[in-house]
Amino acid sequence: MNYLNETIDSLNKKLAAGELSATDLTKETIANIKQTDQKLNAWITVDEDAKPAADLDFKKSKLAGIPIGIKDNIVIDGMLTTAASHILDNFVPVYDATVIEKLKAAQAVFVGKTNMDEFAMGSSTEHSYYGATHNPWNLDKVPGGSSGGSAAAVASGQVVAALGSDTGGSIRQPAAFNGIFGIKPTFGRVSRWGLIAFGSSLDQIGVMSKRVKDSAEVLNVIAGYDERDSTVSEKAVPDYTKFLGQDVKGLRVAVPKEYMSDAVDEGVKAAVQSQIDALKAAGAIINEVSLPHTKYVVPTYYIIASSEASSNLQRFDGIRYGYRAKDAKNLLDVYLKSRSEGFGDEVKRRIMLGSFTLSAGSYDAYFRQASKVRTLICQDFDKIWEENDVVVGPTTTTTAFGIGEEISDPIKMYNNDILTISANLAGLPAASVPAGLSDGMPVGLQIMAKRFDEGNVFKVADFVERNNKFYEQKPAGMED
Amino acid sequence: MEKVTEDMIKHVANLSRLEFDDAELSKFTSQMGDIINMAHQLAEVDTEGVPETVQVVDRDTTFREDVPAKPTDRDVMMKNVPEKANGFIKVPVIIDKDDND
Repeated sequence: MNYLNETIDSLNKKLAAGELSATDLTKETIANIKQTDQKLNAWITVDEDAKPAADLDFKKSKLAGIPIGIKDNIVIDGMLTTAASHILDNFVPVYDATVIEKLKAAQAVFVGKTNMDEFAMGSSTEHSYYGATHNPWNLDKVPGGSSGGSAAAVASGQVVAALGSDTGGSIRQPAAFNGIFGIKPTFGRVSRWGLIAFGSSLDQIGVMSKRVKDSAEVLNVIAGYDERDSTVSEKAVPDYTKFLGQDVKGLRVAVPKEYMSDAVDEGVKAAVQSQIDALKAAGAIINEVSLPHTKYVVPTYYIIASSEASSNLQRFDGIRYGYRAKDAKNLLDVYLKSRSEGFGDEVKRRIMLGSFTLSAGSYDAYFRQASKVRTLICQDFDKIWEENDVVVGPTTTTTAFGIGEEISDPIKMYNNDILTISANLAGLPAASVPAGLSDGMPVGLQIMAKRFDEGNVFKVADFVERNNKFYEQKPAGMED
Repeated sequence: MEKVTEDMIKHVANLSRLEFDDAELSKFTSQMGDIINMAHQLAEVDTEGVPETVQVVDRDTTFREDVPAKPTDRDVMMKNVPEKANGFIKVPVIIDKDDND
């Protein structure tokens, strides 16, 4: 089963009419993944015994019987969950994440776990203990990261939709690199219970799919209050599909000049500009604005995210679960050896940076200063929201880069996130929707809105999708 | 900005409960130097009087009813423990094994 020409609606219709059996759908999905993944390596675990629920109700739930890909940092009871790390390569969770509980209640099917950068730290999915994932548009290129497995799985038609997580752009950047839609909801819209923690003030689970509406359908299911995550809002969850098919006349669209600077490739800018022109032609009001602290978002983010990570990753100590080094002489040795053998280099760099920026003597200059600059970044957006409904611009400065090209230069890799980080620091909903191609590789248009205004994000993304019909294009790297 | 030295990285590694051999230490010292240098850019931002943002949630402390619930079964909780004995988590001695010989 390949999903490139399917949507949740088309599948639901066939399943309900009996033209397609849910058991066969699951089996054929697994068979296709096993075959195509020899090229992509988009999955860490494929569950060949996966089965749909016995009592599927296609009227009650559109997701009934439909396989959804799950990033390997979201726990599923009884299914190996590694966060792409050696330190968790034997970890079988004993409970479901809240998003999994909700998807199970909606009778979705889980066929396995998708590849990612270790602990979601990276922008290329090369930092995986299980090897790099390849971009279906060009197998020599990265799929982006850290949700690169979910992105490649969706873009190649292995699944119709997948969950990812986004701490600094980990849903939007791979969505852009793979020519698909991906949304990071407002911080506090979706429960993080059962998401392996990276940066707790930034992490958010979101959805990736070829078509905008499919992400709206899945977000409808996973969003909302959860007593196990006190940062989740009690605000009612609207039906996000209601924001689709609307016109954009009068919508106030801000374009930050820093996002269209010379640092962005010409081909990326051209594809993005053509979408902005289309919005304007349809009656949207385009305003050039400024996000003056854009040049500081990368250091601000890396200090805050790494500080939070160094704290969150203390729990991996080789005692209660995960990898324990064999030759430890004493308890301290268990910690040192299990962690040093269990974590990859990028995770070690982030833990070290976080330990440094939180340590006595460095806290004021780094963590406290970054927390203040974060306020300035939030204020830049507050000012824009006074006169605008959405902010649009490119998701990334370039299209997908080559495998191996940036792996040895951490700073270059970190700068990949410059256009996506701000939405995490300010807690805003943000998405990437395909804008077109540049030299044969997909370009993403990023859309941000006020907190809890996913509606306007979907409205603009849906307009762009209807206008450019990018979904008609097929990823070139998958042709034999 | 203070120069990033191998001693400084050794100290941070210890705080992080990580250890490096000499080759790794040299590589990490150079990479961490570049990363900390990047982080140091923030020193040029004027943040006089700017409050800190440590979270972006618009809720205060949340409350729920204190209702007893069934906890996860003990055997289930023990499933992922790497070494266990008699229903307990087994860990090595605190002092070196060699010292016990």
